[in-house]
Amino acid sequence: MATAELKIASDTHHDEHDHEHHGNFWTNYVFSQDHKVIAKQFLITGIFWALIGGAMSVIFRLQLGFPNATVEWLKPLLGDWITADGKIDPEFYLALVTMHGTIMVFFVLTAGLSGTFSNYLIPLQIGARDMASGFMNMLSYWFFFVSSVIMFSSIFIETGPASGSWVIYPPLSALPQAMSGSGLGMTLWLASMALFIVSTLLGGINYITTVINMRTNGMSFSRLPLTIWAFFLTATIGLLSFPVLLSAALLLIFDRHFGTSFYLSEIYINGEALPNQGGSPILFQHLFWFLGHPEVYIVLLPALGITSEVISTNSRKPIFGYKAMIGSMIGISVLSFVVWAHHMFVTGMNPFLGSVFTLLTLVIAIPSAVKVFNYMTTLWGGNIKFTTGMLFSIGLVSFFISGGLTGLFVGNSAVDIQLHDTYFVVAHFHLVMGSATFFGLLAGVYHWFPKMFGRMMNEKLGYIHFWLSFAGVYLVFFPLHYIGIAGFPRRYYSFTNFNAFNDFTDLNMLVSIAAIITFGAQLIFVFNFFYSIFRGRLASLNPWGSNTLEWTTPRFPGHGNWPGEIPTVYRWPYDYSKPGAKEDFIMQNVPYSETPESNTPEENELIKLELSNDDLIIQAGEETPKKQNDQDNTQEHN
Amino acid sequence: MASTVATTIKNLWDGGVSPMKVSYGKLMMWFFLVSDAFTFSGLLVSYGMVRASHPAYEGATKDFVFSQEYWPIPEKVFDAFPFFHGHSWPLAFVGLMTFILILSSVTMVLAVEAGHRRDRKAVEKWMLWTIIGGLTFLGCQAWEWTHFIVGDGGGGASLTANQYGPIAFADFFFFITGFHGTHVFSGVVLNFIIYYRTVTGLYDRRGHYEMVEKVGLYWHFVDLVWVFVFTFFYLV
Repeated sequence: MATAELKIASDTHHDEHDHEHHGNFWTNYVFSQDHKVIAKQFLITGIFWALIGGAMSVIFRLQLGFPNATVEWLKPLLGDWITADGKIDPEFYLALVTMHGTIMVFFVLTAGLSGTFSNYLIPLQIGARDMASGFMNMLSYWFFFVSSVIMFSSIFIETGPASGSWVIYPPLSALPQAMSGSGLGMTLWLASMALFIVSTLLGGINYITTVINMRTNGMSFSRLPLTIWAFFLTATIGLLSFPVLLSAALLLIFDRHFGTSFYLSEIYINGEALPNQGGSPILFQHLFWFLGHPEVYIVLLPALGITSEVISTNSRKPIFGYKAMIGSMIGISVLSFVVWAHHMFVTGMNPFLGSVFTLLTLVIAIPSAVKVFNYMTTLWGGNIKFTTGMLFSIGLVSFFISGGLTGLFVGNSAVDIQLHDTYFVVAHFHLVMGSATFFGLLAGVYHWFPKMFGRMMNEKLGYIHFWLSFAGVYLVFFPLHYIGIAGFPRRYYSFTNFNAFNDFTDLNMLVSIAAIITFGAQLIFVFNFFYSIFRGRLASLNPWGSNTLEWTTPRFPGHGNWPGEIPTVYRWPYDYSKPGAKEDFIMQNVPYSETPESNTPEENELIKLELSNDDLIIQAGEETPKKQNDQDNTQEHN
Repeated sequence: MASTVATTIKNLWDGGVSPMKVSYGKLMMWFFLVSDAFTFSGLLVSYGMVRASHPAYEGATKDFVFSQEYWPIPEKVFDAFPFFHGHSWPLAFVGLMTFILILSSVTMVLAVEAGHRRDRKAVEKWMLWTIIGGLTFLGCQAWEWTHFIVGDGGGGASLTANQYGPIAFADFFFFITGFHGTHVFSGVVLNFIIYYRTVTGLYDRRGHYEMVEKVGLYWHFVDLVWVFVFTFFYLV
């Protein structure tokens, strides 16, 4: 058995396809199994969705900021969703809010972010020819694509898309007669999400396996770039939480279509009693948030990983506290599974349980703070290069702090009674999760654009994009805190009936104007992105002077990434501005034997291992597998 | 391969080799099973939560009658056996089903073992027995469902009504055993594909029978999940 297994292990390992593949248009660009093409497919689909989701938010901000204005001019776009007196239809308002949330959380910040950068960077940064299974990777994108098509088509149906908010709580979502969006729109939402979950699992299983099995020589876990650590942990969280959403969605589908009572009990609708008995809507909330909270970190962690890389590179300094960064990411990942009920403090749960979840929630502040301080200490005294990617990374850190602080308020079960479902919560998560992650995504695009397309994005446009977005995000979400503390509930169509809220009319107007400007700024990015793909300045091989392996590939890496042998890794990825070194960066594939001027005494010891000391290597290479084989055998006999 | 490249290979996790000595396909199967375990856990925890919100039957077991007021005692619900109408043999039939499924896991182990020896005839034989075991289990489940649906003159059970107790009992029974049955069914399909490819000699040409192992992992998982489903629905 042992010999057979060893044979398989070496067979399946990455030295099969050195040669270039020449397929046709369909296999190269559409049904491609190359991780780089799949990443770009994810990215462009994500940009498409971000524009739709962003435009939706602008439309509902029009209603909130200018409640008395007529929006007749949107009629060509929205048709009958504009009422006879020139207003947005209230039911459609709810649909907009729902779809904005769904699209942004799942289609942009999960698929658009993880799908793009996990796919693109994992093989390139760990030194692999491709993902473990290119075919599953391709399936992952196409499941996402079909899911996108279904979700997109739901926008155009007559009864409107799902409108019970992105958390789709039953009974609202379970009863088609509850509102028009709970009919066909919700059916399509559930179908789309089921496919989305399949896509996420196919992708996630691939990412994890690739990181474990396909690292190049010398790329130990303690030499992995923090991006890879982040993608690895993200995929792990997704692997454990998305299946629970799948169970929740399947039960909801049965409640909707087959008359079961998993989430329904004792409901009157239009004066008529429904037969359902014995279910619990709270059960759905538990299942949903068991995914829903880890989902926050599925969204955020890749952005934090990208930021670590970009900040370290452009500060020309090693990341401060590499191991602490890994530790805090692991801490966040573990804690993300034990805090879900802080979304449910006002469901009538036991106050003692509320305290437990408050405590666990506040504990997350510790690893988060570790990360923030590490970013700042990395920046401290650095030789900072303000590239666009760097600006967006610093923006992320800013949002992470200002949005994270309010997490201490809403994570507290007592304070949450006042703040629950107000705009304070909206402001909190839009800063800490929405905008921060979005900035991480943009930082990643600006930073790795030269590798993806062989050209540079325009810096000037990038600066304009950054400053408008940065100022815009704060102008949108900072005022929302005050509006939230004043008691504005989320998802309400109109506040004009309440005198108490009249004071906030101007503030709401300001928020809406800022939202429009921020959205407009994203169009600059879209132009810059597509223009630069074709007309951008040609990129050099390593434009940022970065250490990681993707910058050792040719300008247009072919299928298989490296034309010759895969580079071997000799050092960690953060040797920036090393004292004594010739340049201010030393790439991961440079052996210590070539840098005697900058080595520490410990590193000089490592040179002995680098040099081809055959006795030592063969001894090590033979002994270890032998032990493993013995273990295998004993396991088998047991 | 590890020994040919001169690097700092001190430990299997230093890159360049598969650290667990496992091919990527098998790793993927393991990770899929972990995530599938969470799907089942989600369902079983839901079942537990809804069940806990219903009152349990308080009286003596011999006085038990079916009622919507409390959760039924499983051995009173599942006490029928095919061709022995009128007899009350609590859990006998489901015990037989469980035994058959576990037996099919044993034959799967034998198929994997034969695969290690690259003994094509033996793999064929044991895969066939595994398929037969899986199909028998599905047949038994069909009978069990039919009996549960038709009932003993009390109206039986469906997704919207339940002779034996609260509706939620029937809902969860159908959903979770159905979800498990779907897994068994896909397992049988996979087993058949493996069997077919063994017969056509694909794995002999490939030089290893690893696919048998991978599908074997899935099959054992489905078996293990049944043990939990069995415990939750029939024993407690």
